[in-house]
Parts: sequence; structure tokens; C-alpha cells
Amino acid sequence: MTAVMLAGSPVDVDAEGFLLDAQQWNERIAREIAHDHGIEQLSDRHWQVVNFMRETYLQTGSAPSIRSLGKTSGVPIKELYELFPKGPAKLAAKIGGIPKPRGCI
Amino acid sequence: MDHRIVILGGGTGGTLLANRLARGFGDDAQITVIDRDDNHVYQPGLLFVPFGLVEPEEIVRPRHAQLRAGIDFRLAEVESVELSKNTVHLLDGPDMQYDVLVIATGATLQPEETDGLQGPEWGHSIHTFYSLHGATALRHALDEFDGGRLAVNVIDMPIKCPVAPLEFCFLADWQLRERGVRDEVELTLVTPLDGAFTKPVASAHLEALLAERGIRVESEFATGRVDAAAQRLHSWDEREVDYDLLVTIPVHGGPRYIARSPGLGDALGFVPADRHTLQTRAAPNVFAIGDAADVPTSKAGSVTHFEGEAVAENIERFLGGDELTGSYDGHANCFIETGFHKALLIDFDYETEPLPGRYPDSHVGPLALLAESRLNHLAKLAFQPLYWHVLLPGHDIPGVSASFHSGAAPSAPQKSGGTQ
Repeated sequence: MTAVMLAGSPVDVDAEGFLLDAQQWNERIAREIAHDHGIEQLSDRHWQVVNFMRETYLQTGSAPSIRSLGKTSGVPIKELYELFPKGPAKLAAKIGGIPKPRGCI
Repeated sequence: MDHRIVILGGGTGGTLLANRLARGFGDDAQITVIDRDDNHVYQPGLLFVPFGLVEPEEIVRPRHAQLRAGIDFRLAEVESVELSKNTVHLLDGPDMQYDVLVIATGATLQPEETDGLQGPEWGHSIHTFYSLHGATALRHALDEFDGGRLAVNVIDMPIKCPVAPLEFCFLADWQLRERGVRDEVELTLVTPLDGAFTKPVASAHLEALLAERGIRVESEFATGRVDAAAQRLHSWDEREVDYDLLVTIPVHGGPRYIARSPGLGDALGFVPADRHTLQTRAAPNVFAIGDAADVPTSKAGSVTHFEGEAVAENIERFLGGDELTGSYDGHANCFIETGFHKALLIDFDYETEPLPGRYPDSHVGPLALLAESRLNHLAKLAFQPLYWHVLLPGHDIPGVSASFHSGAAPSAPQKSGGTQ
């Protein structure tokens, strides 16, 4: 665990930069993480996914995998990869300030 | 009073739980197990079928014969579960009322979820060993395969036995060497994971073993579609892998009735449950066991076996009006076949990743953790009789505890199977 400053707020992150406490998150932090990963501007579609991830995590204690994201977020998988290149579930979770999706065990 | 316990699924979890409950309740419960067929497949054996190391008929037995006397076994297809009425609707039979329901219907293969996978090439250049029929067909395809690109593709997680695709690579490498054609074959594991396995230390060990054998790993490959005519895999982020023979591990999900039962499952058809008590989020009198449950551990027989103790205890306590105390800790272990008559063993739980050591006693063994040995291989082969005669009847395996941190049976001194 490391404490870092993001968008002017102190937050605790894991070795890969995922927030450890979802309560430390705010939208400015989201924008800064997105920017660090090459997403200059978070569009409404980005927010739809990020908010969906975050709400699901806060309700159920775990973040959805790509496949369930494609089935339930209202954004098809193809577009998820356009919005969040490489690993949509991982990147959207990071931007949304929730732990890395376990998905795969 | 007679408790009505209905168990959907007569596989590993449903069978061992029914037998445990029947022993515990005696005449005080009426236990019904429902399945749509009477063929219980010893699934760890599927891996060996394509290599001719096991004959298909050696790993199938009747489901009903694995259940204790007094347990009612019914052949039926479930239409849906109506949680608010404690009722199971059957497609071809009368409704069933329950006091406690157990979801033990496992995971199903859903090749239709991936564009291009099913079609004229299915059974020709595209195979799977995750079903008895598939594993048998693949045996013939492998027999005739003596050169080209062999791709082993995990389409998406979660899958049953996440080490099986790796084992398949190791065994294929071994068999191709024995046949003297290994140099003619490019063998690639194509996986959505960022490495060979999900847990970092074990992953590093396994990647070294793959590299030693010249098996390529194409990681973080999220398969979007299969172009069966061109024999090419496409990822969502537009990478490509060509193959001549594709061994696919199709997407897994829950059976269809789960989607037809409002409130029971998640988007993939798995059933969210408390990771310690296995009580579902859907209803307090509904429990889940094995591959059907959405809990953060592997979908594997050892997990199901270790869950059985906690689920049986919790069902007894629930029906007695008591607080649930049965607690499963995520304990999983599996033998990983590496070919050449060797295997390695991993052991882990929710909190501890697989680490080197000895098992079941962390100092004495006799089995080596995370290291290849001939004894581990023999233990894997020796397991089938234990499965039918000890595990399914709902007994504990001598020396092997359901709980990860006790590592050994209660009579032995407390030694950890791993480190804190």
C-alpha cells in the first residue's frame, strides 16, 4: 500500500495504482487517473461505464467482469474497448476508484 | 417435522451435500436431488481423454448410484425457481415445494456466446476437451495432427479448473515429443489473463515450465470472435492468432433456468452467495455450492468438496433456527499435470496465494507444493477412486482439512498448509 496525491487529495493505492478505499474517490481523481492512461476527456459514455462499475461494486462488493459489463452496462463490449483501450474492466475500475476486478481466479 | 430439502444438480456438489445431509438428518428430512440426466462424469478425467490416457467410459457412472439410500433422485429439467413461493417449476413434472433449496447445477459451456465458434468447423478444426463428447472427438483430431499451429484458447474467465488449459499444453507437448513431431508444431496458449495463472507466484513458476517446453503464451488476449474459415482468432483490441487446430475453452455461464428465475443469478447466470456461509443473496433459505456459486475462488472440485462441510452445517443450523456458523475459507488445491509422468500441486485460499512448501503437512509433506514430482502425478491418478468412494459419499479425505490453515486432520498437530 502506498499513499499518493491525486488531484490534490491524499489516497491509498495498491502496487498497480488501484484505490484501496472507494470512499477516498472523487470525480477530479477520476479525471486525473484517466488522463494518466491516455484518456484526455471523459465523455458521457465513459462516465456511464465508470459509474455503473462503481455502483455495482458499492452494492455487491465486487466489480463486474468485461462480459457482464457488456451484458448489463448498456455499452457493448466492442465500444468498451474503444472507450478504455486494452483492459476496459480494469481501467474503468481504476478510474472509478474501486479495487481491481477479480474476474479471473 | 420433515424438512423438505431440494438440491438442483447431481454433480460433485449436489451429491456430496445430499449424502452429508442424509447422514445428519436421518429420517428428519426429505432430500430430493434433481438432474436432467443420470451420467455423473468425473470431470478431472476429461483432461486425459484426448491423449488416450483414460477411456471415456472409465470416468462416467450413474448419478443415482452415488446417492445414499433414502435420497430421492429425479430426472427432470428445471424450468425456473419462484423464490417468493419456495417453489421449483419443472418442465415436465409437478411443482416442488422446498424449505431449503440448494443450487448445485454447476457451470455450462456456452460456445454460442462467441461469434464464429460454432459452425461447420466445430468438431473438425475446432475442438474442446471440456465435455466428454468433445474430449473424445479431440482425441481423434490429435491422433491425426502431426504438424502446424495448435492454439489452446481460453475465451473468458471464469472457467472450470483454471489450470486445465495449462495442463493440456503440457500433456500435448509431451505427447507430440513422444511421437517425434514436436518440432513440427507451434504450440500456443492464448489467454485473457496477464500470465499463465491468476496468482502471481504460481504464475511465475508455471511460465518457467511453459518456456522450458517451448510453449508460447499469448496473454491479455480477450477473444472477440473466431474466423473459422480463415482459422484465425480475433481479440477485441484487434490482435490476431492463426491456428490449424484450435482447442477452445468456451465461455462458461449458469444454466438457462437461472436466467428464468428472477432474483436468483447474476448477468452470467452464476448465483451470488456469501463467500463464507454460501447462503445466497437471493433468499435466506437458498444456498449455492460448487461452480454454480459466484464466490471469489476457483471453480474446482476441491473447492466444492471443502465447501460441502460448511454448507451442510449451515443448512442444519438454518432449519433449526440457529445462526449460521459454518464458514468456508476459500481453500482450494489442485494437482497440475506437467507431462512426463510428473505433476505439481498448488494449495491456496481467499487470502493466501499458492506458495512453495510441502502438503498436507507443511514440513514433512509428503507432496511437494509448486514443484514437479512423480509422487504428485501418482496422487493425481490415485484420486479417482477417492472421488467416488470418499468425496462423493460426503466424507473428509484423511489428512486433508476443509480449512486451509489447519492443513491436516484434527488429530494431527496444527500445521499450516501455507504461511500466514
